[in-house]
Amino acid sequence: MDFKSCVHIRQEWDIVGARQLGRDKAKELGFGTVDQARIATAISELARNIYLYAGTGKICFETIEDLEHKGLEIIAKDEGPGIRDISQVMEDGYSTSGGLGAGLPGVKRLMDHFDIISTHGEGTEIRTSKWVR
Amino acid sequence: METIKLDLEHYRKLLKEYLLTKNETALYQAEQFSKLSMQHNISPEEIVNVHIKALQELYPDLPEQVNDSLNFLLEAMISYGLAYQEFQSLREKQSELKSEISVAAKMQETLLSTVKPTIKGLEIGAISVAANQMSGDYYHFVTDEDDTLGIAIADVIGKGIPAALAMSMIKYSMDSFPENQRQPSAILENLNRVVERNVDPAMFVTMFYGLYDPSTEVFSYASAGHEPGFYYHADTQTFEEIDAKGLVLGATDNAVYQQFDKKINKNDRIILLTDGVTECRVGDRFIDRDEFLEVIQTYIHLPPQEAVEQVYKYFERLQEFQFRDDFTLIIIQKMV
Repeated sequence: MDFKSCVHIRQEWDIVGARQLGRDKAKELGFGTVDQARIATAISELARNIYLYAGTGKICFETIEDLEHKGLEIIAKDEGPGIRDISQVMEDGYSTSGGLGAGLPGVKRLMDHFDIISTHGEGTEIRTSKWVR
Repeated sequence: METIKLDLEHYRKLLKEYLLTKNETALYQAEQFSKLSMQHNISPEEIVNVHIKALQELYPDLPEQVNDSLNFLLEAMISYGLAYQEFQSLREKQSELKSEISVAAKMQETLLSTVKPTIKGLEIGAISVAANQMSGDYYHFVTDEDDTLGIAIADVIGKGIPAALAMSMIKYSMDSFPENQRQPSAILENLNRVVERNVDPAMFVTMFYGLYDPSTEVFSYASAGHEPGFYYHADTQTFEEIDAKGLVLGATDNAVYQQFDKKINKNDRIILLTDGVTECRVGDRFIDRDEFLEVIQTYIHLPPQEAVEQVYKYFERLQEFQFRDDFTLIIIQKMV
C-alpha cells in the first residue's frame, strides 16, 4: 500500500479529501458514474464514522484484481473505542433511525464485499470492495 | 399499449415520445416504468443514470452544464436509494415478526382456552379481546362433579408479549393446585407466592376469584387488587360494587386475602371485568364507572352472552375501533 493511497481523517473536511481520492481511483479503474457515486457515498460513511466515533484514523485504497476483473478496496482504520456489538450496528434501522445517514448496512449495500474487525478498546478496521462491472 | 421494459432503449423511446408529443400517455408509461423499477429494486440513482444516457443519445450536443448538473442530481439521489433499500428490508423483517407473533398468539389462545361451562340454573356470558395480538387478560372457568363453578379473572399490568407470558405461567400454576383447594382466598394466596417468586417485580398481576355453590346459592370471592366488579339487583334494577380489597399478586410473599360470601337471588347478575373495560378512553379522557354502568344498564336485560357482546361493540365504536387495553367482561345470571 503506497503512502499516496491513504487519507488521514482528523477533521470533517478530510471526508471530502477521502471522497476525492476514492473517486479518482474509481474513475481510473473504469467504474461508471453510478458506481463512482456509490463508492464516494460509502467513503463518506466510513470517514464520517471515524471522525465521529474514533476522532482520527485513515481511509486507504487498494486496487484488487482477479482473473476476470478489477476492483477497488477501501480500508477504514482507526484506533478508537471499537464497536462493542457489531451485529447491532449492522442491523437496519439502528443508525439510520437517528438520521445519521446510511450507516454501515448502507456501506454494505453500496459495495460488493464488506468485512469488519473491531476490538473493544483497540480500534476498528473495515474492509470493503467493489468490482468494476 | 406495449409492455414496459426496463432498459435504456425503452426509456429513451418513452422520453423521446414525451418530448415530441408532451402527451399524457407517455407520462403514464413513465409511471409504469417507475413502478416496474421499484419491483426490480432499481434505485433512483440508476433511473437518473438511465435518464442522463437517454438524453445524451437524443441530444448529443447538450451544454456541458446540463450534463454536469444531471450528474449532480445522480449524486444527490444515492442516499434516497439506500433509504429505500433499507425500508424494503425493514418491511420484510416486520412481516416476519408479525407472523411470528401471530403464531405465538395462536399458541396463547390454545394454552389459555377455557370452555364456558353449562351449569344448571346459571347463564354465563364472556368476552375477552386483546388490544394487541397477545392478551394480558385472562379468565377461566373451573367446574366439578357437584356443579360448583370457579371463575378466575385476571389482568397483568402491562400489555403485549411479557404480559401474555406471565399469564400463561399463572394459568399453569392454577391447573397444578390440588382439586380440593377451591377456596378463593387460598387460591389467591398460593398464586401470590408463585407470582412473587417467578415474575419480575415490576410486573403486577391483579386477580378476582369467585366460587359459586348452587346447593347453597352462595358466591364466595376474594380479590387481589382487581378492578371491582358489580352485583346487579334485578328487583330494584340497581348496581352494587363488589368490594373486596386485597394486595395485587406478587407484591409480598405472604399476602393474606379476605374472603367474602354473598347470597345470589334469582335473576341477579354478577358482572366481572378488567380495567380495559372501565378505562375505555374517549379522546383524551377515560370514561368513569358511572358512564360504564349506564352502558351496562342499557344491555343488562339481554341474555348474558348477548349482553357482553353488545357492551363490547358499544365501546369498540366509542373508541373508534382501537382498544388501548385488553378488554374482558363476564356476566353471570342466576336463572332460577
